[in-house]
Amino acid sequence: MTEEQHITSVYDRDLEAIQAKIMKMGGLVEAAILDAAQSLETRDEELAEKVRVGDRAIDDLEEMINEDAARLIALRAPTAGDLRIVLSVMKISSNLERIGDYAKNMAKRTTILSQMSPIHGSQTALRRMAREVNEMLKDALDSYIQRDAGKAQAVINRDADVDQMYNALFREFLTFMMEDPRNITACMHLHFIAKNTERMGDHVTSIAEQVVYLVTGGTPEEGRPKGDKTSTDAAYSPQM
Amino acid sequence: MYDAPASEQKVNQQTTKISARKVQVYYGDTHAIKDVDVDIEDRTVTAFIGPSGCGKSTFLRCLNRMNDTIDVARIEGDILLDGEDIYDKKVDPVQLRAKVGMVFQKPNPFPKSIYDNIAYGPRIHGLAKNKADLDEIVEKSLRRGAIWNEVKDRLHAPGTGLSGGQQQRLCIARAIATEPEVLLMDEPCSALDPIATGQVEELIDELRESYSVVIVTHSMQQAARVSQKTAFFHLGNLVEYGETGQIFTNPVDPRTESYITGRIG
Repeated sequence: MTEEQHITSVYDRDLEAIQAKIMKMGGLVEAAILDAAQSLETRDEELAEKVRVGDRAIDDLEEMINEDAARLIALRAPTAGDLRIVLSVMKISSNLERIGDYAKNMAKRTTILSQMSPIHGSQTALRRMAREVNEMLKDALDSYIQRDAGKAQAVINRDADVDQMYNALFREFLTFMMEDPRNITACMHLHFIAKNTERMGDHVTSIAEQVVYLVTGGTPEEGRPKGDKTSTDAAYSPQM
Repeated sequence: MYDAPASEQKVNQQTTKISARKVQVYYGDTHAIKDVDVDIEDRTVTAFIGPSGCGKSTFLRCLNRMNDTIDVARIEGDILLDGEDIYDKKVDPVQLRAKVGMVFQKPNPFPKSIYDNIAYGPRIHGLAKNKADLDEIVEKSLRRGAIWNEVKDRLHAPGTGLSGGQQQRLCIARAIATEPEVLLMDEPCSALDPIATGQVEELIDELRESYSVVIVTHSMQQAARVSQKTAFFHLGNLVEYGETGQIFTNPVDPRTESYITGRIG
């Protein structure tokens, strides 16, 4: 990557503009995650509604970024580092859009859950998980700005923690449901929230991978730890 | 195979056609080419890119001793064609240029008929035994130059009467009439419109089946489109030489990156 200016300054402005949009989108998504988690914990339906409405702005930004990227490719034929900026921006925007959708989904379920009796302790654990994903997202976007592949790799490695949190919650919800079938509806919703948060972590990981690609031109180190064992490990199946 | 972009197509053979070692070129006191080492592969399109005055054309002209015609030019180092030093005293430059053909920036057909433009080289090199032989060489060359269908009914009309794009393809056909092994092209499309450029690029890709093609171009998109290997020259140095796809997505040297992304001129 190079810090020099392009000979045609409009090219620099185009590249800066598209990256500024990514950062704006990232800011909105971070806020959506935190607001959704807070609305879940504090049963704040108004805040949940705000998250649901706010998702529209995230979607619009994604569309604008795609249009800008297509235009930039058509008009400027970017190469090398510039090409990697455009490619990574397109992927990152689609990852951010998905994370935004998950936050919106969390807010939707919050509206339903606030009508039910609370499941003890789970909201706090979910909020902690959301906060961790949010921290990872912040670091991933910082590593993008700073073009810091090491920092991005660290984010990738942290995804295992989020997977662990999800595993713990999965077992907890399973126990609650087996204890009392009246908990099933609420626990199902909470489980989807936990799963969606875990998926957010995967999308953040993918953003961090794009940063590694952007900086090095290669893919990240292999063998990132996979922490979600609920689909493969029999220990997570209920014993009937 | 034809569906893949030119830069990704497999190079048929990895054998080295031209090998240059520690090549220096001086124009009087000016050190125009500094210590260039490069292996140009057979049946491959190699693109030389770089800003004006970087030495890419100078280096290209070393490959068939076109610099011999410039009095102040002095060349050091070794350039081997199939392992033989082309600057050896025994080598006849005229014979060498029959093996290493050249196409220039501006189409420069001889002020002769289309037929004679093509027949000129084979005649002086005695490649045709009789008229029928020569007719065959002319037709074959024009076909390979992708211009046969456009000129077959007026082979005795002057070559200069053709359009720019046709003239350039005529010059390419002329260059391949002597059955060269290497074809050097110095900005062959810079005077052509996009359609003629497309036709010439298509032709270059076809020529790759039989020849080693070296093309100097100012259009980086053209280098990306037609070549499998790319060499970047800057201030007389060969900065980076590698597979075209790699050069355009992930160049190693920051100077290459600056140039291909449009940051230095």
